[in-house]
Amino acid sequence: MSAPEINAQSVGHFGPYGGRFVPEALIAALDELAAAHESAQADPEFQKELDHLHATYSGRPSIITEAKRFAQHAGGAKILLKREDLNHTGSHKINNVLGQALLTKRMGKKRIIAETGAGQHGVASATAAALFGLECVVYMGEADTKRQALNVARMKLLGAEVVAVTQGSKTLKDAINEAMRDWVTNVADTHYLLGTVAGPHPFPTMVRDFQRIIGVEARAQVLALTGKLPDAVLACVGGGSNAIGIFHPFIDDKSVRLIGLEAGGDGIETGKHAATISGGKPGVLHGTRSYVLQDENGQTVESHSISAGLDYPGVGPEHAFLNDIGRAEYRAINDDQAMYAFSLLCKTEGIIPAIETAHALAGALEIGNELGPDATLLINLSGRGDKDVQTAAQYFGLPL
Amino acid sequence: MSQALTTLFATTKSQNRAALIGYLPAGFPNQRSAKKIIKAMIKGGVDAIEIGFPYSDPIMDGPVIQAAADQSLANGTGAKEVFELLAHSVQLGAPSLVMSYWSPIERYGVAKFAAAISSAGGSGVITPDLTIEESGTWLAESTKKDIARVYVVAPSSSQARLALVTAQCSGFIYAASLMGVTGTRDAVSGNASDLVAKIRTTSNLPVAVGLGVSNKEQAREVARYADGVIVGSAFIKIIQKSGAGRKGLRQIKELAKSLSEGVRDAK
Repeated sequence: MSAPEINAQSVGHFGPYGGRFVPEALIAALDELAAAHESAQADPEFQKELDHLHATYSGRPSIITEAKRFAQHAGGAKILLKREDLNHTGSHKINNVLGQALLTKRMGKKRIIAETGAGQHGVASATAAALFGLECVVYMGEADTKRQALNVARMKLLGAEVVAVTQGSKTLKDAINEAMRDWVTNVADTHYLLGTVAGPHPFPTMVRDFQRIIGVEARAQVLALTGKLPDAVLACVGGGSNAIGIFHPFIDDKSVRLIGLEAGGDGIETGKHAATISGGKPGVLHGTRSYVLQDENGQTVESHSISAGLDYPGVGPEHAFLNDIGRAEYRAINDDQAMYAFSLLCKTEGIIPAIETAHALAGALEIGNELGPDATLLINLSGRGDKDVQTAAQYFGLPL
Repeated sequence: MSQALTTLFATTKSQNRAALIGYLPAGFPNQRSAKKIIKAMIKGGVDAIEIGFPYSDPIMDGPVIQAAADQSLANGTGAKEVFELLAHSVQLGAPSLVMSYWSPIERYGVAKFAAAISSAGGSGVITPDLTIEESGTWLAESTKKDIARVYVVAPSSSQARLALVTAQCSGFIYAASLMGVTGTRDAVSGNASDLVAKIRTTSNLPVAVGLGVSNKEQAREVARYADGVIVGSAFIKIIQKSGAGRKGLRQIKELAKSLSEGVRDAK
């Protein structure tokens, strides 16, 4: 008996990456979600409703800020910041959350669950749940509830239940496991509002579609401002949603370098990092095939980063594909480099970035110095750093 | 070696009863004890053994099996121990399978994994998170090595989906009794018998029911409509509570005996 060509019917792939590696119990819900997303994309009413929310609730379009004083440290290159930190709830996460909340309504589901690392996605989900009158449970690794205590309080104020996950490494990876278990159990009335471009199909595609607005706006803004495309677009990469959001509309602009900055933690050579593409291998995690930090038995290795939002041993499958075909490049920024850039942006521009975002800023310092003063770099300033004040104060030895 | 499973289900059918399948992760609580536990399960009346490949992110498993997997991984359990325990179980005369999430199989190498199952005398592999759409290589390699492909179907599966999945199954079909994760439950979900009935309309393969079966009464209830009853967390709980010494092993054997009575006096 020869093996049937099953893969031909397969969905949601980016080259060899993506797909679905999930219990059968979830297939019906994933199919339902994919169909809802597809029909919503084709429905002008849906887009109108989402645009209205962006304009009147989250504050789009987000502005571009030129960082002139910061640029002096980046080889004098022109540094343009796409200010997703100014969105309601403080990061790009709201873009995806509003889209999926509308889909939840469309599917007639009453309850959302979400995972969160830094708390940004959890806060955005709790916000949308309040706005739409949905029940909301957020799974968060116990370790993260401690380093992001402020965001835990924010979620509770917004009416969400926050479940501290005590399994495994007690971080984002384990929060996703618990959310998946909840979903398998309650899938009939629950939507899993996944926050990044990972997970089984349709999440990587759907979340990207909801985040593309960052790049669509930024591309037009940069053209209007400078009369040309940027030389490079930079973004931090954990799961990769802010990065794919700003990269995607530039993919066909071959002259534009797309550069993802991963969390190098203590340094890739130490093994204590979260740089999945730079330091991992292709494998399967959380329902998708992508680069994964894993050992020789396929067990996930714990990641490490000063940034809770990048502390994830997987990465979105489309990033894996963009890396392999050479369309995007990925570099690791270690904790110290990120915190240097964090401090520099605070002091040169009066903007406190999220520590996640600081990895992209550190990348800008590197790339700016490599390309020199004629270059224009577009950086996704994906989130603000209010939530990181405690971590930063500890890092810099400031009394609290 | 999928024949051993086929023979087992033919035998249990001729005896007008369901087969009892017991689950244990390799290396739990340690590899030496795992061997004794499997022996006790078989002595007590378990017909077939499912060896779990412990995995760091088991999204289909509840707290009991998660804790067992964590303990086993902390012991350094890997593919070597899985195949060793599989061979041990086969030598004790029970048709034996491996249950593994896809990540460890892909990392090991799909062809190499199938070959290792085969050389250990294993009958099949249960793949809880491998979808049919991603199964191309596995279909080819498992066919080449005559290894039963056991997919797990769920109450939420549509009739069309059940037809698609069960068409690629061999050995038996694993029916998840409920929407949820592994673990003992007070009652077996009413969805289970409906699901089995739905499967019967698309496949002639034996159907084994798992998730939430932990005692004789539940085994008896499931055995009325299913060809196999799968029990995992209940065995693991004994070891977590009583250890794998004489006391724990005696309780394992007693539970196996009680469950095997349940699958025998159902019909």
